[in-house]
Amino acid sequence: MTGALWTATWAVFAREFKLALRERAEWMQPLVFYVLVVLMFGLATAPGDPALRTFAPAIIWVGALLAALMGLERMFRADLEDGTLEQLLLAPVPLAPLVAAKILSRWCVSGAPLVVLGPVLAVALGLAGVPISVLVAGLLLGTPTLMLIGAFAAALTVAVPRAGVLLPVLVLPLMAPVVVFGAGAVRAAGQGLPAAAPLYFLAAELVLAAVLIPWAAAAALRNALE
Amino acid sequence: MWTWFHRLASPPSFYVFAGRLAPWLLGAALVLLAVGAYGGLVLAPPDYQQGDAFRIIYVHVPAAWMSLFAYTVMAVAAFIALVWRLKLAEVAVVAAAPVGASFTALALVSGMLWGKPMWGAWWVWDARLTSELVLLFLYLGVVALNTAIEEPRAAARACSLLAVVGFVNVPIVHYSVVWWNSLHQGSTVFRLGGPTITWNMLWPMLVCMLGFTLFFGYTQLVRMRSELLMRERTTRWVKTLVANA
Repeated sequence: MTGALWTATWAVFAREFKLALRERAEWMQPLVFYVLVVLMFGLATAPGDPALRTFAPAIIWVGALLAALMGLERMFRADLEDGTLEQLLLAPVPLAPLVAAKILSRWCVSGAPLVVLGPVLAVALGLAGVPISVLVAGLLLGTPTLMLIGAFAAALTVAVPRAGVLLPVLVLPLMAPVVVFGAGAVRAAGQGLPAAAPLYFLAAELVLAAVLIPWAAAAALRNALE
Repeated sequence: MWTWFHRLASPPSFYVFAGRLAPWLLGAALVLLAVGAYGGLVLAPPDYQQGDAFRIIYVHVPAAWMSLFAYTVMAVAAFIALVWRLKLAEVAVVAAAPVGASFTALALVSGMLWGKPMWGAWWVWDARLTSELVLLFLYLGVVALNTAIEEPRAAARACSLLAVVGFVNVPIVHYSVVWWNSLHQGSTVFRLGGPTITWNMLWPMLVCMLGFTLFFGYTQLVRMRSELLMRERTTRWVKTLVANA
Protein backbone atom coordinates (compact mmCIF):
# COMPACT_ATOMS: atom_id res chain seq x y z
CA MET A 1 0.00 0.00 0.00
CA THR A 2 2.74 2.45 0.94
CA GLY A 3 4.61 1.39 -2.18
CA ALA A 4 1.59 2.11 -4.35
CA LEU A 5 1.11 5.45 -2.63
CA TRP A 6 4.68 6.51 -3.34
CA THR A 7 4.48 5.36 -6.95
CA ALA A 8 1.22 7.22 -7.49
CA THR A 9 2.44 10.38 -5.77
CA TRP A 10 5.67 10.38 -7.74
CA ALA A 11 3.78 9.74 -10.98
CA VAL A 12 1.50 12.73 -10.37
CA PHE A 13 4.45 14.93 -9.46
CA ALA A 14 6.47 13.92 -12.53
CA ARG A 15 3.49 14.29 -14.85
CA GLU A 16 2.66 17.77 -13.57
CA PHE A 17 6.27 18.82 -13.77
CA LYS A 18 6.69 17.66 -17.37
CA LEU A 19 3.41 19.18 -18.47
CA ALA A 20 4.23 22.52 -16.90
CA LEU A 21 7.73 22.65 -18.36
CA ARG A 22 6.47 21.90 -21.83
CA GLU A 23 3.87 24.63 -21.51
CA ARG A 24 6.38 27.43 -21.36
CA ALA A 25 3.76 30.13 -20.74
CA GLU A 26 2.86 28.33 -17.54
CA TRP A 27 6.01 29.32 -15.70
CA MET A 28 7.13 32.28 -17.82
CA GLN A 29 4.00 34.38 -17.50
CA PRO A 30 3.94 34.71 -13.71
CA LEU A 31 7.56 35.83 -13.81
CA VAL A 32 6.96 38.41 -16.50
CA PHE A 33 3.89 39.56 -14.60
CA TYR A 34 5.90 39.84 -11.38
CA VAL A 35 8.53 42.04 -13.04
CA LEU A 36 5.81 44.16 -14.64
CA VAL A 37 4.01 44.75 -11.33
CA VAL A 38 7.24 45.95 -9.72
CA LEU A 39 8.03 48.05 -12.78
CA MET A 40 4.64 49.74 -12.50
CA PHE A 41 5.34 50.67 -8.89
CA GLY A 42 8.62 52.19 -10.04
CA LEU A 43 6.84 54.18 -12.73
CA ALA A 44 4.09 55.29 -10.36
CA THR A 45 6.55 57.00 -8.02
CA ALA A 46 8.80 59.94 -8.84
CA PRO A 47 12.21 58.93 -10.25
CA GLY A 48 14.69 58.34 -7.45
CA ASP A 49 12.03 58.68 -4.77
CA PRO A 50 13.38 57.16 -1.54
CA ALA A 51 9.83 56.05 -0.71
CA LEU A 52 10.28 53.24 -3.21
CA ARG A 53 12.91 51.70 -0.98
CA THR A 54 10.68 52.07 2.07
CA PHE A 55 7.89 50.28 0.29
CA ALA A 56 10.12 47.70 -1.37
CA PRO A 57 9.14 44.85 1.03
CA ALA A 58 5.45 45.53 0.44
CA ILE A 59 5.87 45.78 -3.34
CA ILE A 60 7.93 42.59 -3.58
CA TRP A 61 5.49 40.63 -1.46
CA VAL A 62 2.30 41.90 -3.03
CA GLY A 63 3.87 41.24 -6.43
CA ALA A 64 4.67 37.67 -5.41
CA LEU A 65 1.11 37.27 -4.12
CA LEU A 66 -0.40 38.45 -7.39
CA ALA A 67 2.01 36.36 -9.44
CA ALA A 68 0.99 33.31 -7.40
CA LEU A 69 -2.61 33.96 -8.46
CA MET A 70 -1.66 33.73 -12.13
CA GLY A 71 -2.86 30.57 -13.79
CA LEU A 72 -4.52 29.43 -10.59
CA GLU A 73 -7.83 28.98 -12.35
CA ARG A 74 -6.31 26.40 -14.69
CA MET A 75 -4.69 24.39 -11.93
CA PHE A 76 -7.32 21.66 -11.70
CA ARG A 77 -9.51 22.75 -14.60
CA ALA A 78 -7.39 21.14 -17.32
CA ASP A 79 -7.39 17.87 -15.35
CA LEU A 80 -11.14 18.09 -14.95
CA GLU A 81 -11.65 18.64 -18.67
CA ASP A 82 -9.47 15.77 -19.88
CA GLY A 83 -10.66 13.31 -17.22
CA THR A 84 -7.41 13.05 -15.29
CA LEU A 85 -9.11 14.30 -12.15
CA GLU A 86 -11.64 11.49 -12.21
CA GLN A 87 -8.85 8.98 -12.58
CA LEU A 88 -7.09 10.50 -9.58
CA LEU A 89 -10.30 10.21 -7.58
CA LEU A 90 -10.75 6.60 -8.62
CA ALA A 91 -7.15 5.68 -7.85
CA PRO A 92 -6.81 3.14 -5.01
CA VAL A 93 -4.74 5.61 -2.96
CA PRO A 94 -5.90 8.60 -0.88
CA LEU A 95 -6.44 11.75 -2.90
CA ALA A 96 -4.74 14.16 -0.49
CA PRO A 97 -1.13 13.03 -1.14
CA LEU A 98 -1.75 13.23 -4.88
CA VAL A 99 -3.06 16.77 -4.49
CA ALA A 100 -0.02 17.58 -2.36
CA ALA A 101 2.25 16.26 -5.11
CA LYS A 102 0.46 18.44 -7.62
CA ILE A 103 0.84 21.51 -5.44
CA LEU A 104 4.52 20.77 -4.84
CA SER A 105 5.15 20.44 -8.53
CA ARG A 106 3.32 23.67 -9.17
CA TRP A 107 5.52 25.36 -6.60
CA CYS A 108 8.67 23.98 -8.26
CA VAL A 109 7.59 25.30 -11.64
CA SER A 110 5.99 28.65 -10.83
CA GLY A 111 6.75 29.29 -7.15
CA ALA A 112 10.48 28.67 -6.95
CA PRO A 113 11.23 31.12 -9.81
CA LEU A 114 9.51 33.82 -7.74
CA VAL A 115 11.95 33.10 -4.91
CA VAL A 116 14.84 33.51 -7.35
CA LEU A 117 13.43 36.65 -8.91
CA GLY A 118 12.46 38.32 -5.61
CA PRO A 119 15.98 39.38 -4.54
CA VAL A 120 16.78 40.67 -8.04
CA LEU A 121 13.72 42.91 -7.92
CA ALA A 122 14.59 43.89 -4.35
CA VAL A 123 18.00 45.11 -5.51
CA ALA A 124 16.28 47.06 -8.28
CA LEU A 125 14.10 48.73 -5.62
CA GLY A 126 17.17 49.69 -3.59
CA LEU A 127 17.35 47.04 -0.88
CA ALA A 128 20.76 45.67 0.07
CA GLY A 129 22.44 43.45 2.63
CA VAL A 130 20.63 41.51 5.34
CA PRO A 131 17.07 42.41 4.19
CA ILE A 132 17.78 40.60 0.91
CA SER A 133 18.68 37.33 2.61
CA VAL A 134 15.68 37.70 4.94
CA LEU A 135 13.53 38.27 1.86
CA VAL A 136 14.80 35.09 0.23
CA ALA A 137 14.19 33.08 3.41
CA GLY A 138 10.71 34.59 3.69
CA LEU A 139 9.83 33.87 0.08
CA LEU A 140 11.15 30.34 0.44
CA LEU A 141 8.85 29.77 3.42
CA GLY A 142 5.93 31.89 2.21
CA THR A 143 5.44 31.03 -1.47
CA PRO A 144 4.59 27.35 -0.78
CA THR A 145 1.88 28.55 1.62
CA LEU A 146 0.56 30.87 -1.09
CA MET A 147 0.49 27.93 -3.52
CA LEU A 148 -1.31 25.72 -0.98
CA ILE A 149 -3.99 28.30 -0.20
CA GLY A 150 -4.38 29.05 -3.90
CA ALA A 151 -4.74 25.36 -4.69
CA PHE A 152 -7.48 25.03 -2.08
CA ALA A 153 -9.47 27.86 -3.65
CA ALA A 154 -8.83 26.46 -7.14
CA ALA A 155 -10.19 23.11 -5.97
CA LEU A 156 -13.29 24.77 -4.50
CA THR A 157 -14.04 26.51 -7.79
CA VAL A 158 -12.92 23.78 -10.18
CA ALA A 159 -16.38 23.38 -11.64
CA VAL A 160 -17.25 27.09 -11.66
CA PRO A 161 -17.24 28.35 -15.27
CA ARG A 162 -15.72 31.77 -14.70
CA ALA A 163 -13.75 31.51 -11.49
CA GLY A 164 -11.24 34.16 -12.50
CA VAL A 165 -12.89 36.98 -10.58
CA LEU A 166 -13.97 34.83 -7.67
CA LEU A 167 -10.56 33.33 -6.90
CA PRO A 168 -8.81 36.48 -5.63
CA VAL A 169 -11.80 37.21 -3.36
CA LEU A 170 -11.53 33.75 -1.83
CA VAL A 171 -7.78 33.62 -1.63
CA LEU A 172 -6.50 37.03 -0.64
CA PRO A 173 -8.08 37.24 2.86
CA LEU A 174 -6.62 33.83 3.66
CA MET A 175 -3.21 34.97 2.43
CA ALA A 176 -3.12 38.09 4.61
CA PRO A 177 -0.92 36.58 7.38
CA VAL A 178 1.73 35.50 4.86
CA VAL A 179 2.06 39.04 3.59
CA VAL A 180 2.09 40.47 7.11
CA PHE A 181 4.92 38.22 8.23
CA GLY A 182 6.80 38.10 4.93
CA ALA A 183 6.97 41.84 4.39
CA GLY A 184 7.27 42.38 8.16
CA ALA A 185 10.43 40.29 8.31
CA VAL A 186 12.09 42.31 5.54
CA ARG A 187 11.03 45.56 7.17
CA ALA A 188 12.38 44.47 10.54
CA ALA A 189 15.67 43.47 8.94
CA GLY A 190 15.81 46.83 7.19
CA GLN A 191 15.55 48.59 10.54
CA GLY A 192 18.28 46.40 11.99
CA LEU A 193 15.83 44.45 14.15
CA PRO A 194 15.92 40.66 14.46
CA ALA A 195 13.75 39.05 11.79
CA ALA A 196 13.67 35.52 13.18
CA ALA A 197 10.22 35.78 14.79
CA PRO A 198 8.25 36.57 11.61
CA LEU A 199 10.22 33.93 9.74
CA TYR A 200 9.26 31.39 12.38
CA PHE A 201 5.65 32.47 11.97
CA LEU A 202 5.93 31.92 8.22
CA ALA A 203 7.40 28.48 8.85
CA ALA A 204 4.58 27.65 11.26
CA GLU A 205 1.99 28.75 8.71
CA LEU A 206 3.66 26.61 6.08
CA VAL A 207 3.62 23.55 8.33
CA LEU A 208 -0.04 24.10 9.22
CA ALA A 209 -1.05 24.66 5.60
CA ALA A 210 1.02 21.73 4.30
CA VAL A 211 -0.64 19.38 6.76
CA LEU A 212 -4.24 20.57 6.45
CA ILE A 213 -4.70 22.06 2.99
CA PRO A 214 -4.15 18.91 0.88
CA TRP A 215 -7.00 17.22 2.75
CA ALA A 216 -9.28 20.23 2.43
CA ALA A 217 -8.44 20.56 -1.29
CA ALA A 218 -9.06 16.85 -1.84
CA ALA A 219 -12.44 17.14 -0.11
CA ALA A 220 -13.27 20.15 -2.27
CA LEU A 221 -12.37 18.28 -5.46
CA ARG A 222 -14.42 15.27 -4.43
CA ASN A 223 -17.36 17.55 -3.65
CA ALA A 224 -17.10 19.29 -7.01
CA LEU A 225 -17.08 16.02 -8.95
CA GLU A 226 -19.89 14.30 -7.08
CA MET B 1 -34.91 13.68 23.96
CA TRP B 2 -32.60 12.16 21.33
CA THR B 3 -35.41 10.97 19.10
CA TRP B 4 -36.86 14.46 19.23
CA PHE B 5 -33.47 15.81 18.30
CA HIS B 6 -33.16 13.40 15.38
CA ARG B 7 -36.60 14.21 14.15
CA LEU B 8 -35.74 17.91 14.29
CA ALA B 9 -32.93 17.35 11.80
CA SER B 10 -35.42 16.44 9.09
CA PRO B 11 -36.42 19.49 7.02
CA PRO B 12 -40.23 19.30 7.44
CA SER B 13 -40.21 19.09 11.23
CA PHE B 14 -37.51 21.74 11.46
CA TYR B 15 -39.60 23.97 9.24
CA VAL B 16 -42.56 23.71 11.60
CA PHE B 17 -40.44 24.00 14.74
CA ALA B 18 -38.53 27.04 13.45
CA GLY B 19 -41.76 28.66 12.40
CA ARG B 20 -43.08 28.34 15.96
CA LEU B 21 -39.87 29.47 17.63
CA ALA B 22 -39.03 32.44 15.41
CA PRO B 23 -41.73 34.90 16.62
CA TRP B 24 -40.74 34.28 20.25
CA LEU B 25 -37.12 35.03 19.44
CA LEU B 26 -38.10 38.17 17.59
CA GLY B 27 -40.30 39.32 20.47
CA ALA B 28 -37.62 38.71 23.06
CA ALA B 29 -35.02 40.42 20.88
CA LEU B 30 -37.22 43.51 20.42
CA VAL B 31 -37.92 43.78 24.16
CA LEU B 32 -34.24 43.40 25.00
CA LEU B 33 -33.18 45.90 22.34
CA ALA B 34 -35.77 48.40 23.60
CA VAL B 35 -34.61 47.98 27.20
CA GLY B 36 -30.97 48.14 26.13
CA ALA B 37 -31.54 51.21 23.99
CA TYR B 38 -33.38 52.98 26.82
CA GLY B 39 -30.71 52.02 29.30
CA GLY B 40 -27.92 53.00 26.96
CA LEU B 41 -29.31 56.19 25.50
CA VAL B 42 -31.19 57.58 28.52
CA LEU B 43 -30.18 55.97 31.80
CA ALA B 44 -26.44 55.60 31.31
CA PRO B 45 -24.50 58.76 32.24
CA PRO B 46 -22.50 60.54 29.52
CA ASP B 47 -18.82 59.70 29.46
CA TYR B 48 -16.64 62.31 31.16
CA GLN B 49 -14.35 62.48 28.13
CA GLN B 50 -16.42 61.43 25.15
CA GLY B 51 -19.74 62.92 26.20
CA ASP B 52 -22.66 61.28 24.47
CA ALA B 53 -20.59 59.99 21.57
CA PHE B 54 -19.63 56.86 23.49
CA ARG B 55 -23.23 55.67 23.22
CA ILE B 56 -22.48 54.18 19.84
CA ILE B 57 -20.96 51.24 21.72
CA TYR B 58 -24.50 50.00 22.28
CA VAL B 59 -24.61 49.26 18.57
CA HIS B 60 -20.95 48.85 17.83
CA VAL B 61 -19.93 46.31 20.46
CA PRO B 62 -22.92 43.99 19.93
CA ALA B 63 -22.36 44.15 16.16
CA ALA B 64 -18.69 43.29 16.55
CA TRP B 65 -19.62 40.47 18.92
CA MET B 66 -22.16 39.18 16.42
CA SER B 67 -19.62 39.27 13.61
CA LEU B 68 -17.54 36.72 15.55
CA PHE B 69 -20.52 34.81 16.93
CA ALA B 70 -22.11 34.37 13.50
CA TYR B 71 -18.82 33.15 12.08
CA THR B 72 -18.54 30.63 14.88
CA VAL B 73 -22.10 29.44 14.27
CA MET B 74 -21.33 29.17 10.57
CA ALA B 75 -18.09 27.24 11.16
CA VAL B 76 -19.72 24.81 13.62
CA ALA B 77 -22.60 24.23 11.18
CA ALA B 78 -20.02 23.79 8.40
CA PHE B 79 -18.18 21.17 10.42
CA ILE B 80 -21.42 19.29 11.05
CA ALA B 81 -22.33 19.58 7.38
CA LEU B 82 -18.99 18.11 6.31
CA VAL B 83 -18.82 15.30 8.83
CA TRP B 84 -22.44 14.16 9.05
CA ARG B 85 -23.67 15.57 5.74
CA LEU B 86 -26.70 17.00 7.47
CA LYS B 87 -28.87 18.93 5.03
CA LEU B 88 -29.99 21.29 7.75
CA ALA B 89 -26.41 22.21 8.67
CA GLU B 90 -25.65 23.03 5.04
CA VAL B 91 -28.65 25.33 4.99
CA ALA B 92 -27.45 26.94 8.23
CA VAL B 93 -24.03 27.72 6.70
CA VAL B 94 -25.53 29.35 3.65
CA ALA B 95 -28.07 31.28 5.72
CA ALA B 96 -25.55 32.60 8.26
CA ALA B 97 -22.99 34.06 5.85
CA PRO B 98 -24.83 37.17 4.57
CA VAL B 99 -26.17 38.02 8.04
CA GLY B 100 -22.70 37.71 9.52
CA ALA B 101 -21.32 39.89 6.75
CA SER B 102 -23.98 42.53 7.54
CA PHE B 103 -23.09 42.53 11.25
CA THR B 104 -19.41 42.87 10.35
CA ALA B 105 -20.18 45.77 8.04
CA LEU B 106 -22.32 47.37 10.76
CA ALA B 107 -19.48 47.03 13.26
CA LEU B 108 -17.06 48.63 10.80
CA VAL B 109 -19.38 51.48 9.82
CA SER B 110 -20.43 52.28 13.39
CA GLY B 111 -16.77 52.18 14.37
CA MET B 112 -15.91 54.64 11.62
CA LEU B 113 -18.72 57.00 12.63
CA TRP B 114 -17.35 56.98 16.15
CA GLY B 115 -13.74 57.20 14.99
CA LYS B 116 -14.18 60.40 13.02
CA PRO B 117 -15.08 62.68 15.97
CA MET B 118 -13.03 60.72 18.53
CA TRP B 119 -9.82 59.88 16.73
CA GLY B 120 -10.17 62.49 14.00
CA ALA B 121 -10.03 59.82 11.30
CA TRP B 122 -12.57 57.56 9.65
CA TRP B 123 -10.10 54.77 9.48
CA VAL B 124 -6.86 53.92 11.24
CA TRP B 125 -4.80 50.83 10.58
CA ASP B 126 -5.46 49.53 14.03
CA ALA B 127 -5.18 45.80 14.59
CA ARG B 128 -8.82 45.31 15.51
CA LEU B 129 -10.15 47.35 12.62
CA THR B 130 -7.97 45.60 10.10
CA SER B 131 -8.76 42.08 11.27
CA GLU B 132 -12.47 42.95 11.30
CA LEU B 133 -12.12 44.08 7.69
CA VAL B 134 -10.40 40.82 6.75
CA LEU B 135 -13.25 39.00 8.48
CA LEU B 136 -15.72 40.87 6.28
CA PHE B 137 -13.88 39.62 3.21
CA LEU B 138 -13.89 36.07 4.56
CA TYR B 139 -17.67 36.33 4.83
CA LEU B 140 -17.96 37.81 1.36
CA GLY B 141 -15.86 34.95 0.00
CA VAL B 142 -18.38 32.43 1.38
CA VAL B 143 -21.29 34.43 -0.07
CA ALA B 144 -19.58 34.73 -3.46
CA LEU B 145 -18.71 31.04 -3.57
CA ASN B 146 -22.27 30.10 -2.75
CA THR B 147 -23.64 32.19 -5.61
CA ALA B 148 -20.99 30.93 -8.04
CA ILE B 149 -21.80 27.22 -7.75
CA GLU B 150 -25.14 26.31 -9.23
CA GLU B 151 -25.92 23.00 -7.55
CA PRO B 152 -27.12 24.07 -4.06
CA ARG B 153 -25.76 21.11 -2.09
CA ALA B 154 -22.36 21.20 -3.76
CA ALA B 155 -22.29 24.97 -3.17
CA ALA B 156 -23.15 24.55 0.49
CA ARG B 157 -20.45 21.95 1.02
CA ALA B 158 -17.85 24.07 -0.78
CA CYS B 159 -18.90 26.98 1.46
CA SER B 160 -18.58 24.70 4.48
CA LEU B 161 -15.01 23.80 3.55
CA LEU B 162 -14.17 27.46 3.05
CA ALA B 163 -15.80 28.39 6.36
CA VAL B 164 -13.85 25.74 8.28
CA VAL B 165 -10.53 26.73 6.67
CA GLY B 166 -11.41 30.36 7.32
CA PHE B 167 -12.22 29.58 10.94
CA VAL B 168 -8.78 28.08 11.45
CA ASN B 169 -7.40 31.18 9.81
CA VAL B 170 -9.31 33.78 11.83
CA PRO B 171 -7.05 33.63 14.92
CA ILE B 172 -3.96 33.61 12.70
CA VAL B 173 -5.19 36.67 10.84
CA HIS B 174 -6.08 38.37 14.09
CA TYR B 175 -2.74 37.77 15.78
CA SER B 176 -0.73 38.45 12.65
CA VAL B 177 -2.43 41.82 12.41
CA VAL B 178 -1.98 42.55 16.12
CA TRP B 179 1.66 41.69 15.76
CA TRP B 180 2.05 43.66 12.55
CA ASN B 181 0.64 46.73 14.21
CA SER B 182 2.57 46.45 17.45
CA LEU B 183 5.78 46.15 15.47
CA HIS B 184 4.97 49.34 13.68
CA GLN B 185 3.44 51.69 16.21
CA GLY B 186 4.22 50.40 19.63
CA SER B 187 1.36 49.66 21.96
CA THR B 188 -2.15 50.57 20.91
CA VAL B 189 -3.55 53.73 22.44
CA PHE B 190 -7.17 53.09 21.72
CA ARG B 191 -9.08 50.77 23.94
CA LEU B 192 -12.82 50.44 23.61
CA GLY B 193 -14.71 52.03 26.48
CA GLY B 194 -11.53 52.95 28.29
CA PRO B 195 -9.81 50.78 30.84
CA THR B 196 -12.84 50.34 33.05
CA ILE B 197 -16.50 50.81 32.48
CA THR B 198 -19.05 51.44 35.20
CA TRP B 199 -21.96 49.13 35.74
CA ASN B 200 -24.66 51.57 34.63
CA MET B 201 -22.87 51.95 31.32
CA LEU B 202 -22.17 48.25 31.03
CA TRP B 203 -25.52 46.61 31.65
CA PRO B 204 -27.35 48.17 28.67
CA MET B 205 -24.52 46.93 26.47
CA LEU B 206 -24.88 43.39 27.77
CA VAL B 207 -28.63 43.58 27.23
CA CYS B 208 -28.06 44.83 23.69
CA MET B 209 -25.61 42.02 23.03
CA LEU B 210 -28.16 39.46 24.11
CA GLY B 211 -30.81 41.23 22.02
CA PHE B 212 -28.55 41.16 18.95
CA THR B 213 -27.86 37.47 19.52
CA LEU B 214 -31.56 36.62 19.70
CA PHE B 215 -32.19 38.75 16.64
CA PHE B 216 -29.52 36.80 14.82
CA GLY B 217 -31.24 33.59 15.93
CA TYR B 218 -34.51 34.93 14.54
CA THR B 219 -33.07 35.91 11.13
CA GLN B 220 -31.21 32.61 11.01
CA LEU B 221 -34.42 30.62 11.51
CA VAL B 222 -36.36 32.70 8.99
CA ARG B 223 -33.60 32.47 6.40
CA MET B 224 -33.15 28.75 6.96
CA ARG B 225 -36.87 28.21 6.49
CA SER B 226 -36.98 30.04 3.17
CA GLU B 227 -33.77 28.35 2.03
CA LEU B 228 -35.29 24.97 2.90
CA LEU B 229 -38.43 25.76 0.92
CA MET B 230 -36.32 26.69 -2.07
CA ARG B 231 -34.12 23.60 -1.86
CA GLU B 232 -36.92 21.15 -1.16
CA ARG B 233 -39.37 22.62 -3.62
CA THR B 234 -39.73 19.34 -5.48
CA THR B 235 -40.51 17.27 -2.37
CA ARG B 236 -43.93 16.26 -1.23
CA TRP B 237 -43.98 18.09 2.10
CA VAL B 238 -43.35 21.43 0.44
CA LYS B 239 -46.01 20.74 -2.16
CA THR B 240 -48.61 19.86 0.46
CA LEU B 241 -47.53 22.89 2.47
CA VAL B 242 -48.00 25.19 -0.50
CA ALA B 243 -51.28 23.52 -1.46
CA ASN B 244 -52.67 23.99 2.06
CA ALA B 245 -51.51 27.59 2.37
